[in-house]
Amino acid sequence: MSYQLSHLKELESESIFVIREVMAQFENPVMLFSGGKDSILMSYLAFKAFFPAKIPFPLLHIDTGHNFEVTMTFRDMWVEKLGVKLLVGSVQEAIDNKMSVEEKGFNASRNALQTYSLLKSIEDGKFDAAFGGGRRDEEKARAKERFFSHRDEFGQWDPKNQRPELWNLFNGKKNSGEHFRIFPISNWTELDVWQYLSQEKVPLPSIYFSHKRNCFVRDGVIYSDSDFVNKRPNEKVEEMQVRFRTIGDMTCTGAVLSHASCVEDIINEISISRVTERGTRSDDKRTETSMEDRKKLGYF
Amino acid sequence: MSSSLLRFTTAGSVDDGKSTLIGRLLYDSKSIFEDQLEAIQQASERRGEGAVNLALLTDGLKAEREQGITIDVAYRYFSTPKRKFIIADTPGHIQYTRNMVTGASTANVALILVDARQGVVEQTKRHAIIASLLQIPHLVVCINKMDLVDFSQEIFEKIKEDFSDFAAKLSIKDVEFIPVSALKGDNIVNKSDNMPWYLGYTLFYFLENVHIASDNNLTDCRFPVQFIIRPYSDNFHDYRGYSGRVVSGVFKKGDEVMILPSGFKSKIQKIDTADGELQEAYPPMSVTLLLEDDLDISRGDMIVRPNNTPEILQDIEIMLCWFNEKRLTVGGKYGIKHTTIEARCLVKDILYKLNINTLHRDENDNVIQMNDICRVRLRTTKPLFVDKYKNNRYTGSIILIDEGTNETVGAGMII
Repeated sequence: MSYQLSHLKELESESIFVIREVMAQFENPVMLFSGGKDSILMSYLAFKAFFPAKIPFPLLHIDTGHNFEVTMTFRDMWVEKLGVKLLVGSVQEAIDNKMSVEEKGFNASRNALQTYSLLKSIEDGKFDAAFGGGRRDEEKARAKERFFSHRDEFGQWDPKNQRPELWNLFNGKKNSGEHFRIFPISNWTELDVWQYLSQEKVPLPSIYFSHKRNCFVRDGVIYSDSDFVNKRPNEKVEEMQVRFRTIGDMTCTGAVLSHASCVEDIINEISISRVTERGTRSDDKRTETSMEDRKKLGYF
Repeated sequence: MSSSLLRFTTAGSVDDGKSTLIGRLLYDSKSIFEDQLEAIQQASERRGEGAVNLALLTDGLKAEREQGITIDVAYRYFSTPKRKFIIADTPGHIQYTRNMVTGASTANVALILVDARQGVVEQTKRHAIIASLLQIPHLVVCINKMDLVDFSQEIFEKIKEDFSDFAAKLSIKDVEFIPVSALKGDNIVNKSDNMPWYLGYTLFYFLENVHIASDNNLTDCRFPVQFIIRPYSDNFHDYRGYSGRVVSGVFKKGDEVMILPSGFKSKIQKIDTADGELQEAYPPMSVTLLLEDDLDISRGDMIVRPNNTPEILQDIEIMLCWFNEKRLTVGGKYGIKHTTIEARCLVKDILYKLNINTLHRDENDNVIQMNDICRVRLRTTKPLFVDKYKNNRYTGSIILIDEGTNETVGAGMII
């Protein structure tokens, strides 16, 4: 007997430890859920952490209104399967109430508007900890993120003044009105996520797999044709064989040309890919530090 | 085939080639992607830097990029078919001791870089001392820039000897020396043709094969209770599970156990997980233990074996690394976290301050500022169930919390 865990089992154990620690240290946690693979993984790990009891906190979806239809169907199926409560924070509602202002122009996106609805949902629900599925390998600002990440009463992140995290001792102390963002899958890479989801046979929304779709290309990014994206006159819609590597709002998530039709194909594809998954996200390309800038304001 | 996970830490300054080495490891394991390379190429050009600055890969924060320094711990990932690696990359300057300590706290391996032209310098010693204080099980000393000293065996041997002389004063178990050129790739992945006299491992081979299974303490059974699982559903009416992470030892179904602090005994009825029951559990597994007897157990209690118990103490002595701008004061009160226990503590005495360049103990200096390391005596409001840090990283470590600001102000290793 070697008493050595596989790397996936060790990552699983670390994430479960973090999730349980939050239930022990906080009064009213909530888990952000977008319907993408990372939040599916995170909620699946939460299910494992409290088994055979049910997940003791609700999931929160910040809905931009610009979703892929299939991820919404999947979301409702998954929530029912887990037996967990779902809350929805609506960006459309914030726009209707004039609390958020829609971006204009061809690259308009509701991505940044999620921050307002997220902070409002956290405030309204009096949540003191919000789990997010961010991973350190995703993006350079996220590489600096803690497992327990403090947010002040304005929901702001102060990257230069973060609490050191040593061993497995997590400090979730805070003043009232402040909250924490918790990142239980910090140490997972994109490949780890896929390998684990494959090993555990976790169901996934169909748009992660290769399919035919009407798309157009802008600045090297393949966008799905939809009513939410304004096309320029010279942008031509074509049917392409694509899949999505990340799932976000339709206005900022690009597809990749792919024939990968099952998880094993995807693992092979990622193993030899020379581009990161966020290479398809136009929201990160706005400036060199756009993720850090958004995170400081309260984005996840 | 399943692969294992290895965490290693590096520390270094701008010029010793650390970024180049990390860049090389990521590049050679195909973990740098085109869009990342393109982004840092563009950023390097904007800055008017000639070559691509690989440090921009890890220096992700705006302030770091502006000042050209690493401020915080940056985590990088790469994997080979054999192992997944997590690098905690930390700045090496003395004012960032707290970040080095943080990166070292969970590492299996410390990678120390020495510039072959300069040999063992103050910073090398500092890294070795921190690796030793934090009891990192394996140390690999990469003697870098060998191409700039004509791949000289003599220079390599001299540095090896100097380092070994110094390391003899420390408690470092396993040291490996590798002559490399991170820039040219010598002895990184492939054996160097330029150094036929070197018969040891390449860095990649070492990292892929270093034996880490016994880094965990498998002898002393310690299970700090983290959270109680009670389903309150018809199917699991009487279910009362104690969930947590096995920090050391191997727990088996049927084992007799003792609960601290009550001292009550029981037997392990079941080791439960969402994937089904297990016959045994070992570190660092997260599991749920069910006991044969109905006992009053809550978070902060510890499940151990009756014939092998930790010490139950309210007075502890620790090596403390201080993290905060506000000085540590004798008579000061702080929050303390140890395993899943939270308590308060009083600083009774500062015994000495350690010079982390020379190992000199200064008993007359009790002005403890940010990044200082000192030996202190604490009195806690509750008993802690402790082992010495050198025997158990997880029952031998604590953090201190400022009760006004809630910041983590110090980290301690129990002596």
